[in-house]
Amino acid sequence: MNDPILEMRGVSKTFFGIKALRAVDLTVYPGEIHALMGENGAGKSTLMKILSGAYRPDPGGEIRIEGRPVRIEGPLGGRAAGISIIYQELSLAPNLSVAENIYLGREISRSGLLSRGAMREGVGPILKRLGADFLPSTLVAHLSMGQRQLVEIARALHARSKILIMDEPTTSLSAAESERLFALIRQLRAEGLAIIYISHRMDEVYALGDRVTVLRDGRLVGSLDKPEIRADTIVRLMVGRDVSSFYKKDHDPKAGRGHPVLAAIDMADGGRVKGCSLTVHAGEVVGLAGLIGAGRTELAHLIIGASSKTSGRLELEGRPVEIRTPGEALEAGIAYLTEDRKALGLFLDMSCLDNINLAVLGRDAKLGWFLDRDKARERADRAFAGLSIRAANVGVPAGGLSGGNQQKVLLSRLLAIAPKVLILDEPTRGVDVGAKSEIYSIIDNLAKAGTAILVISSDLPEIIGICDRVIVMRAGHIAGEVSRGPNSPLAQEDIMGLATGMEHLDA
Amino acid sequence: MPDNGAVGVKPASTTTNGAAAETRRQRMRMLISALGMLPVLLILCIGFNVLSEGRFFTGQNLGIVLQQAAVNTVLAAGMTFVILTGGIDLSVGSILAASAMAGLTLSKVPELGMLWLPAALLTGLGFGIVNGALIALLRLPPFIVTLGSLTAVRGLARLLGADTTVFNPSIPYAFIGNGSLTLVPGVASIPWLSVIALLVILVSWLVLRRTVLGVHIYAVGGNESAARLAGIKVWAVLIFVYGISGLFAGLGGAMQAARLYAANGLQLGQSYELDAITAVILGGTSFVGGIGSIWGTLVGALIIAVLSNGLILIGVSDIWQYVIKGLVIIGAVALDRYRLQGSART
Repeated sequence: MNDPILEMRGVSKTFFGIKALRAVDLTVYPGEIHALMGENGAGKSTLMKILSGAYRPDPGGEIRIEGRPVRIEGPLGGRAAGISIIYQELSLAPNLSVAENIYLGREISRSGLLSRGAMREGVGPILKRLGADFLPSTLVAHLSMGQRQLVEIARALHARSKILIMDEPTTSLSAAESERLFALIRQLRAEGLAIIYISHRMDEVYALGDRVTVLRDGRLVGSLDKPEIRADTIVRLMVGRDVSSFYKKDHDPKAGRGHPVLAAIDMADGGRVKGCSLTVHAGEVVGLAGLIGAGRTELAHLIIGASSKTSGRLELEGRPVEIRTPGEALEAGIAYLTEDRKALGLFLDMSCLDNINLAVLGRDAKLGWFLDRDKARERADRAFAGLSIRAANVGVPAGGLSGGNQQKVLLSRLLAIAPKVLILDEPTRGVDVGAKSEIYSIIDNLAKAGTAILVISSDLPEIIGICDRVIVMRAGHIAGEVSRGPNSPLAQEDIMGLATGMEHLDA
Repeated sequence: MPDNGAVGVKPASTTTNGAAAETRRQRMRMLISALGMLPVLLILCIGFNVLSEGRFFTGQNLGIVLQQAAVNTVLAAGMTFVILTGGIDLSVGSILAASAMAGLTLSKVPELGMLWLPAALLTGLGFGIVNGALIALLRLPPFIVTLGSLTAVRGLARLLGADTTVFNPSIPYAFIGNGSLTLVPGVASIPWLSVIALLVILVSWLVLRRTVLGVHIYAVGGNESAARLAGIKVWAVLIFVYGISGLFAGLGGAMQAARLYAANGLQLGQSYELDAITAVILGGTSFVGGIGSIWGTLVGALIIAVLSNGLILIGVSDIWQYVIKGLVIIGAVALDRYRLQGSART
């Protein structure tokens, strides 16, 4: 292999006495796709922000680019050093054209006047090279998410970056768009770019990664070469302990497979959900797997009445129910944990107490209107103790809590209504490892108590670890179901096969 | 004072000097955050008292300040509800005028004269609900809707009196505009206008802090999509807050009508919405919604009244009063930003 393009030696970062990154050594070669994995909070984003110049590393470490030591400072420092980052939330201005976005901050002007024509001509060749199907003058607002990603990549190429860092680039892409992106990434690799690819998704890492580096608790815990890349190895490195003890599944699916509680029949929204039926029984944890964009969250939203359906009906404990709003779903006993805790779940400025009690305030109220503050306090205290939520007291704003504790606060709100059906959408996203295993055991206990639970997750080891059976969605349809054999666990290959449409993974 | 649900950083029990100083700083910060703009109000009062050689702190002058603050306090209370949901109500001045006109017009009808007060309130409530319905059901931006009604309702107010000033020297319940509630005979009394304003603040506090609806208002302002997903009827909350804002504007109109025995659809309540919004902002309520308290609004309304009164007392010209008031508002909010920097918000 040729000389490394990026070498990091002993790079650390300390925030207020807390080590976010501990003496990390990372070497990246040109023409390789280097997958970076790790739990949330493992230090991936800190590492990235050091490379982009947003954070300055602790003294003592060294960063070399093409063999020369560099100091990356300020928001433009990374780009000056030849590093471009494409963040999960794209950083394009939708009100500007493609060309204007690519030139953002480095506009061409002639005697003080913006030269749009020159800018459009300047980006033409790059867009062509990337196979873009839009014009330099197109407004970014009119582009799909996949096309916007292309603009970001064009921007990086235009800045003559040699290292491209991509942070979960497929999060908001459809399956087809993802495939196109992968082809493009391989093309860039062939052109000699070094690509650092951050992802939580095993299938992407299998498909793309030449090497995988795993971070845990700010430490680099291992680098695997292509032949060594295997899910169990990666998960063990990420989690730091044996996976079998990490996931908790003590409830007995056989004993639990009681009466059907929730039956959704032929649900469709006229767009991303196309006639889906599923049943969840009492005391059962059912996984809902599929690639991003397969329509899992959309199906959940249809079930709870958060979006309107074009067809389909629901049965709850054998009786038909009509649910038009999330409020009606809660009244019927169907609770939904959103995947987007901060935007759609919590009230960050409100106290944990209010957040926990929000769904039952009306039921508890005195005279139908006045808050029962003792009851609320009691409930919040119980939730804090029962779910071991760590915060100074129940009065602190929810926004100040860690991801795991926020998730438990949100979960407490749902549990307050004693739901018959619990739909959990990515229940451990952005949650640290410790809180993850606590959430798994909460789910397990709820199943033991007879709750019907549907878990949407993109984290396959998680689904395999906690679910009794898995329903797989693909492109808005139910692609099939994978069950646990008498003595065999759920097979990851079966699930991925259904999710991708039987395409083989080049593992 | 504002029950912000005490910011819970428990001081660590340690003996080192540095930690003790840190604890002191944190306590100080919590105190400052809880008091809000109250110190500014007190400093203004004391300052004006010194500059006016003791003429500020007299029973008579304080009565005037309270009376001058009353109508704006009522409007600002309604505005607090609206801004807490992340909205804005620019139409309160016009609604106030229309309500006063409707009330005065009815008060001159011989048999129905006594009904002028509820008529004024209902007029305000009605306009408020129309605002709320347009915002909640048609999903139009609050700024645009209330900017429209600012203009349209002003026109209706002029129409109500055929564009003239309506007088009624014998308007029923005139005492609420000019009478005082005697607390201790011959010693202490408080203008009825101020009593009403205080009651409005108390009712608002009760609704915001002690009812389910209050929590829902904060929730809608804090995160509307989350509120919708949590089963809160967002549309009902929005119609309520704009309805309340209209109702309080109607009450303000009644207070003005009873005080002046007259109303003019063109002039009454011009740019009152700005004073109301200013009071809410001075009170520390977040413009994006979800954070704030009604007590802060009361302090904000008093700051505005004290400023007007004090500047007149010390003989500052009308023109400079505008300049100084504007600068105080900007300065006070800058101070607020500084004091909020330390609070936990992610």
